[in-house]
Amino acid sequence: MSDPLVKVKNLKIGATVYPPGEKPHDIEIVHGVDFELEKGKVLGLIGESGAGKSTIGLSTLGYGRGGVEITGGEVWINGRDILKGGLGALRKLRGSEVTYVSQSAAASFNPAKKIMDQVTEAAIRHGKFSKSEAEKRAVDLFRQLSLPNPETIGNRYPHQVSGGQLQRCMTALALCPQPDLVVFDEPTTALDVTTQIDVLAAIKQAIAATGVAALYITHDLAVVAQVSDHIMVLRNGDMVEYGDTDQIINAPREEYTQALVSVRSITHEEKKPTPEPVLTVKGINARYRGTNFDVLKNVNVEVHPGQTLAVVGESGSGKSTLARVITGLLPPRDGKIEFAGRNLSADLKGRTREDLRELQMIYQMADVAMNPRQTVGTIIGRPLEFYFGMKGKAKRERIQELLDEIELGTGFIDRYPAELSGGQKQRVCIARALAAKPKLIICDEVTSALDPLVADGILKLLLNLQKVEDVAYLFITHDIATVRAIADSIAVMYQGKVVRYGPKSQVLSPPFDDYTDLLLSSVPEMRLGWLEEVIEHRRMESAGN
Amino acid sequence: MPTLVKLLAQRIALGLLLLFLVSILIFAGTNILPGDVAQSILGQSATPEALANLRKELGLNDPVVTRYFSWLGGALHGDLGTALTSRLDIATEIGRRLGNTLFLAFWAAVIAVPLAIFLGLLAVRYRDRWPDKVISAFTLASISVPEFLIGYLLMFFIGVKLRWFPSTAISYRPDADLFTRLESIALPVAVLTFVVLAHMMRMTRAAILNVMQSAYIETAELKGLRMFTIIWRHAFPNSIAPIVNVVMLNLAYLVVGVVVIEVVFVYPGMGQYLVDHVSKRDVPVVQACGLIFAAVYIGMNLIADVVSILANPRLRHPK
Repeated sequence: MSDPLVKVKNLKIGATVYPPGEKPHDIEIVHGVDFELEKGKVLGLIGESGAGKSTIGLSTLGYGRGGVEITGGEVWINGRDILKGGLGALRKLRGSEVTYVSQSAAASFNPAKKIMDQVTEAAIRHGKFSKSEAEKRAVDLFRQLSLPNPETIGNRYPHQVSGGQLQRCMTALALCPQPDLVVFDEPTTALDVTTQIDVLAAIKQAIAATGVAALYITHDLAVVAQVSDHIMVLRNGDMVEYGDTDQIINAPREEYTQALVSVRSITHEEKKPTPEPVLTVKGINARYRGTNFDVLKNVNVEVHPGQTLAVVGESGSGKSTLARVITGLLPPRDGKIEFAGRNLSADLKGRTREDLRELQMIYQMADVAMNPRQTVGTIIGRPLEFYFGMKGKAKRERIQELLDEIELGTGFIDRYPAELSGGQKQRVCIARALAAKPKLIICDEVTSALDPLVADGILKLLLNLQKVEDVAYLFITHDIATVRAIADSIAVMYQGKVVRYGPKSQVLSPPFDDYTDLLLSSVPEMRLGWLEEVIEHRRMESAGN
Repeated sequence: MPTLVKLLAQRIALGLLLLFLVSILIFAGTNILPGDVAQSILGQSATPEALANLRKELGLNDPVVTRYFSWLGGALHGDLGTALTSRLDIATEIGRRLGNTLFLAFWAAVIAVPLAIFLGLLAVRYRDRWPDKVISAFTLASISVPEFLIGYLLMFFIGVKLRWFPSTAISYRPDADLFTRLESIALPVAVLTFVVLAHMMRMTRAAILNVMQSAYIETAELKGLRMFTIIWRHAFPNSIAPIVNVVMLNLAYLVVGVVVIEVVFVYPGMGQYLVDHVSKRDVPVVQACGLIFAAVYIGMNLIADVVSILANPRLRHPK
């Protein structure tokens, strides 16, 4: 058998960290990883944040982001150890033999240059193609990636095309110099699901057509199952399991892999609506100041006591604007908000302290929703003082009760947010909302920034708390799996309108309207061949029409 | 591109409004100065009748607002009045000297701007290594030493000791051939270059370093491009706006702030003209110079604003 294209042996990667209040020191973030990749094959690297997957991906270009450095091991590509050649040799490798597709194409394209110049630059600079050859190749790739107007899209600037299109342009950029290996680093993570499926299909087809080998990095096992031949599961810089895609998905050996595969298995029995909703939103139209179009168009929804309404939609659908309207941050143009049997003032200034107390919020970014200079105790204690005038021992006891409720020990009371993990921070935010003893909590994408397993824990906690505290949630999310897990009723939003609304069982069963159908069928499923099925199904449907 | 046109029109209108306000400030400022123009022309021994006659002749008895508008109206038509001391037409006099000042500023800019940007790029390329440190130290030193001192030092070593260039610009004649003219301004140009270099270079370095943090610089690195190619082709085009701003500020300084250099080198430009007439209390000349300096400053900043707007691809190429 011939040598593999990529052979990584005992790869060790370190970084210098600068913890506040301590001396800078070196830590190891990847502890000796081995893998091989044959020509034309796709290896999926999967793991949670901090697993070292991007770092390993970039090491095949001999690159370390920030203070990251390869400290040991060998990386062989095309029969050469690329770590031995020095910077000059690496420069010949990058953009020629190995190329890179990043998570955010919007940030990775130079805003001041035309797409075509950026796509062809590496191929021309490395002398692989002349300018005209490279441009012809780029247009072919644009066509292969199903970009609209492949002949002329290259003349546009990055801000003139959509996010999904730009991500495909980035793939064209990586494929243009005819590399042997492409590193895809979460290429679809920042996209909406309905866009993700198209980009995923385009990438898969382009890989097949060009015969290039690829490293596909993602945290989403369902996505990687669609494109890769083999999967390597990583955790905290160590390899957990390696196997072909079928085995990893259907017969995972390691406990951690099993947990990843069975994530989102929370089930929640739907509750019947009560006669008196806690929140009623009636005929809301809203627009932002200085604009002349409505971001919300005639929105009507209800939330019942002790139940969860999931508001689901893609970016720009108006779901977060709805939260702003309900909290009074954005007074609507017309419409009414009834809360706990009374009319809520449209403007925040007109609301009583009782209104504020009974309606709490939890945000996506727990990091920035807390004052980094306050301890957990101060953060949770603030609403206790503000709403209930609690002081001293009573306050401290209540804080400890709340910490118990969110499954954090009393030891956390004197910690600062910087000393907590992402999931723990979100728990503290939940405790702060609960401290006010609210009737309704608005949860705005509260699990979106978290790793799947951590997100699962948060969702379980929220469900338990709902039982204990009898609090209602208005749960804003773009993730259908989350909706399935926790909702009692669902509102699907699209372009500022509620296109589908009702109890979960009804909203998630056919017959569907076109948008809900598209949305639901675009959510990657954790089985092989799902992507082909959906694409085939859609092609048949459009042919049938 | 309606947004672009609107933005540009707004900037230009703002510039004109600002110039108008500055003209009021200059006029008001020169009017509240203590002393009396007629008195300063005729001296302490003047008879009250002669003073009264002169005031009437100069229109000093009219209300301030009337005088302001007749002055402004004249200025808009290119009539800046006559100098009280020499009885010469200010516009012709300034025209000659402004030409000289612009000649000096132009050559200083031709050398200083590209040099500053090149040094800035070089400093980024060798960031935190010795070329960066040498450039930083040198430019910092040159900006810290007062410009007249640099002027006298150059005069002494290059003009007097080495005799490479004339030590003063007193021999400058606008009608001489270009080479002679350049030779006579060599030293003042060198001093001006030293003075403006540091600011522009440091700003260029900072602006490009800021852009070097962007994700698209990583993309360029992963294309295997050379560092200098990355800086020049990918970072520089995105840092034009702040660089142009600091360049324009320094160009304005080259025109307006050269007073000291012109006096040191006895160069017949605007600065010297202004200094001469300030000491003679020749108010109309001071007003005219003030107005022109203000116009240059505002104009340069206007150009900087316009270039910054045009440098933004989102405005140049709307969706």
